[in-house]
Amino acid sequence: MTTAPAPLSTSTPALTQFGAARLRVVFVGHVDHGKSTLIGRIFYDTKSLPEGKVEQIQNACKEEGMEFEYAFLLDALLEEQAQNITIDTTQIQFKTDKRPYVIIDAPGHKEFLKNMITGAASADAAVLLIAANEGVQEQSRRHGYLLSLLGISQVVVAVNKMDLVDFSEARFNEVVTEYKAFLSQIGLEARQFVPVSARSGYNVDSAAPKEMPWYTGPTITQMLDTFEPPKSLAEQPLRFPIQDVYRFDDRRIVAGRVEAGSLKVGDTLVFSPNNKTSVVASIEKWNAEKADTAVAGESIGITLTEQIFVDRGHVASHDVDAPIESNRFKARLFWMGKRHLNVGERYKLKLTTQELDAEVVSIEKIIDASTLESAASDRKYIAKNDVAEVTIQTRGALVMDNADRNALMGRFVIVDNRQVAGGGIIFGGTYTDRSKVKSQNIFWSEGEVTSKHRALRNGHKGAIVWLTGLSGSGKSTVSHALERELFNSNHHTYILDGDNVRHGLNSNLGFSPEDRTENIRRVAEAAKLLGDAGVIVITAFISPYLADRQRAREIALAGGVEFIEVFVDAPIEICEQRDPKGLYKRARAGEIAEFTGITAPYEAPVRPEITVHTDRQSLGESVATILEFLKSRLHAEESFEI
Amino acid sequence: MPDHRDHPAYQRLYPALAPDEPAVFFPQKISREDAEHLDALEAQSVYLIREAFHHFKNICMPWSMGKDSNVLIWLSKKAFFGHIPYPLLHIDTTYEFPEMLDYRNWAVQHHNLNLIVKINEDARAGRGDYATRGPIGFDTADPITCTHELKTVALQQVMAEHKWDALITGIRRDEDSTRAKERYFSPRTKDFEWDYKDQPPEFWNQFTTSCAPGEHVRVQALLDWSERDIWLYIQREGIPIPKMYFARTAPNGNRYRFRSLGDWPISNPAESEADTIDKIIDELATTKTSERAGRAQDHHERNAMQKLRAKGFM
Repeated sequence: MTTAPAPLSTSTPALTQFGAARLRVVFVGHVDHGKSTLIGRIFYDTKSLPEGKVEQIQNACKEEGMEFEYAFLLDALLEEQAQNITIDTTQIQFKTDKRPYVIIDAPGHKEFLKNMITGAASADAAVLLIAANEGVQEQSRRHGYLLSLLGISQVVVAVNKMDLVDFSEARFNEVVTEYKAFLSQIGLEARQFVPVSARSGYNVDSAAPKEMPWYTGPTITQMLDTFEPPKSLAEQPLRFPIQDVYRFDDRRIVAGRVEAGSLKVGDTLVFSPNNKTSVVASIEKWNAEKADTAVAGESIGITLTEQIFVDRGHVASHDVDAPIESNRFKARLFWMGKRHLNVGERYKLKLTTQELDAEVVSIEKIIDASTLESAASDRKYIAKNDVAEVTIQTRGALVMDNADRNALMGRFVIVDNRQVAGGGIIFGGTYTDRSKVKSQNIFWSEGEVTSKHRALRNGHKGAIVWLTGLSGSGKSTVSHALERELFNSNHHTYILDGDNVRHGLNSNLGFSPEDRTENIRRVAEAAKLLGDAGVIVITAFISPYLADRQRAREIALAGGVEFIEVFVDAPIEICEQRDPKGLYKRARAGEIAEFTGITAPYEAPVRPEITVHTDRQSLGESVATILEFLKSRLHAEESFEI
Repeated sequence: MPDHRDHPAYQRLYPALAPDEPAVFFPQKISREDAEHLDALEAQSVYLIREAFHHFKNICMPWSMGKDSNVLIWLSKKAFFGHIPYPLLHIDTTYEFPEMLDYRNWAVQHHNLNLIVKINEDARAGRGDYATRGPIGFDTADPITCTHELKTVALQQVMAEHKWDALITGIRRDEDSTRAKERYFSPRTKDFEWDYKDQPPEFWNQFTTSCAPGEHVRVQALLDWSERDIWLYIQREGIPIPKMYFARTAPNGNRYRFRSLGDWPISNPAESEADTIDKIIDELATTKTSERAGRAQDHHERNAMQKLRAKGFM
């Protein structure tokens, strides 16, 4: 036990004490372990309630025929009283002799995790309640784990309802031992365990020497008074995320809040991720004293000596101690979304003022927050209330810090269906020294935009999927189904077929062998350009000659575009039966000269990348076969070194 | 200034100003204490206002002319370096204290405001949707009905017209227990409903920054401020405010002031000697009555405020 601080008086604090910084304290714990009662009691004991509030609630209770409880002081909403549970995060203030506090009451129900996160994420310290009679519960462990995830290290554990266990020291020690063992696994150490009866006010604001003579440690409010206000980030390396760029009164003002460190007029700033530098010409504030420096926490504007392109989401730093920038990082993630978070699905990721498309590319492990056991990681989704270690990939570079280096730049949220649905903490990223290695920047080079840059932005490479097969084999059907699948999964894709090529680009060509060859050559050239531009091009031409297809492949490869030949195979009898455009009929009738398969040859591919048999595979199976193959080939490289 | 001494709003405890006195008060700039705390509140509010301005295309700032509203004007100017790049909206119930209208005219000039004034004319005149019910006013309806029709419905009407997707509001957590549960960015349905039982999570300064067409988001830029913070800040910055917050002597010889200003038929002054901001701040350190105690619509029945707010009241 720590030594108790000097006892507090509970008289109304004098005015000057308002000057102390407010400490934000979150109250968490299993449902029914007495949070609202404890908070109500603290309010009552510290005389922090408006006059008449207690009487008002006592009267209300009388009206409803209920016994007065301290919890009702908080649960001011009608339906909360009816259900006897706290619904949402409530913020209210009380004061001790030392300083004012903001209390954040976070509900204990499992489905209300999002409210607990909403409340606890802004807390400086936490009071975690465990009822002595029920002991450590799933929620007690889960909440402890979330506090450690949110980086809250100032924790006092209130072992409540001691009156229900006859103020037993042995029972208290049991709870302490069990919970301490759990906390040590997650690297969290409670500053103090306090035996409490919130209902009677024992060890809340005043000691209970009569009931619990064996406890001589501090009360809950005395413990709170020992906690430290949040540390200023002013001493950390500069992080100035840009919120907006305004043009007022012929000045171009780069606005934002200094999240860490400080900047001054004359400083050279590096803007990540585009790595442009400029010098601070002035610090702008309205109706405030002229200042030459700005420190962490200030919302400011700056003007620059050189007008470089700077936009929302860029992060200014000094060239030493610059942040990490990458499109791939590891994180611990908690998920509160109504729908599962699926691997490979695209979400909006927000980190300070940055907003990027992002996907979870792999789940390393899913952690049960109450047992700390890792579930099998072959699951391809993260369910509501899960905590997981994941690898995330963003479209474009994200500027970040490891959370243990800079909490504000090391945490992000994930948005699903307009709502914040999850949050994460970044760990294990590697820093590079920008002052020495300017070109280390892996995404933005000064030179030309290459297909790799395009691939990185698109999330996939360009490619040509060359469908070949008899008329009626199903090329057109397959191409459209494939295009739809690719499009739905956020790929850039486009079909080249007879319909859009024959009428324009190749309108001067007929069906002679020479013209067919020229037709295929032009299609291959057009497909190569689209592929180089980052598009997954699907071509749907009979392309009957081996030599023509070989040339198409060479054209593609010469342009650095992947060429995937897909043989759409079906016996000619079946194709003729299908005869979707009535061409076989006309060919049999002699109306079409040189019809492939009837009066002209079809040279089947020797070694196509993929063969689909449309006579015995369903359309879905055929498309799945192609997609399966594409997936392995088209994903943007894990990490680009350019 | 016009002479309001005969106006019914000033015939009870709180007398009108002399005709030559301006309705606006310019505080002398004094920084008392808690500078860091005020700096932090200001920085967060500026951050929120800039986030709102960035994310929403069509934004408006309701302005009641009260102390919180005037702090919002000030913070907007802080955020945009002396400019206010969106319109302000005054929902005029037609029951404003005449001095407040004088203040309004002055402020529009002084701050160069783009001000939209909205009155639910149909409700006051008893026409249109109100033809069968007759005119709505404090002489014909209870305070909750008046507040709903003349404020919330008026807001719905003007929003339907302007299609704002976000409103920057000045509500504070410490005003009321339902407001304590608010988010900084609080989405509202087409019908203005607030689903306080299933609010989106909000943490790490990431907010609900988009909404479906027809819906809107309330950006509550003063949520963290207390009544006392507001006064300390007004004093530190020298923000001009209406004079009606300061004590005047009633015909009975006692002195009264308004802590919260609303429609004159339902706004009651509190007994107070505070005729300077310093005295107001000192008074708040010892008072145990709530700020909105003088606002009759909040207390007309149990849970009145919750009912009003669930239907879209600020």
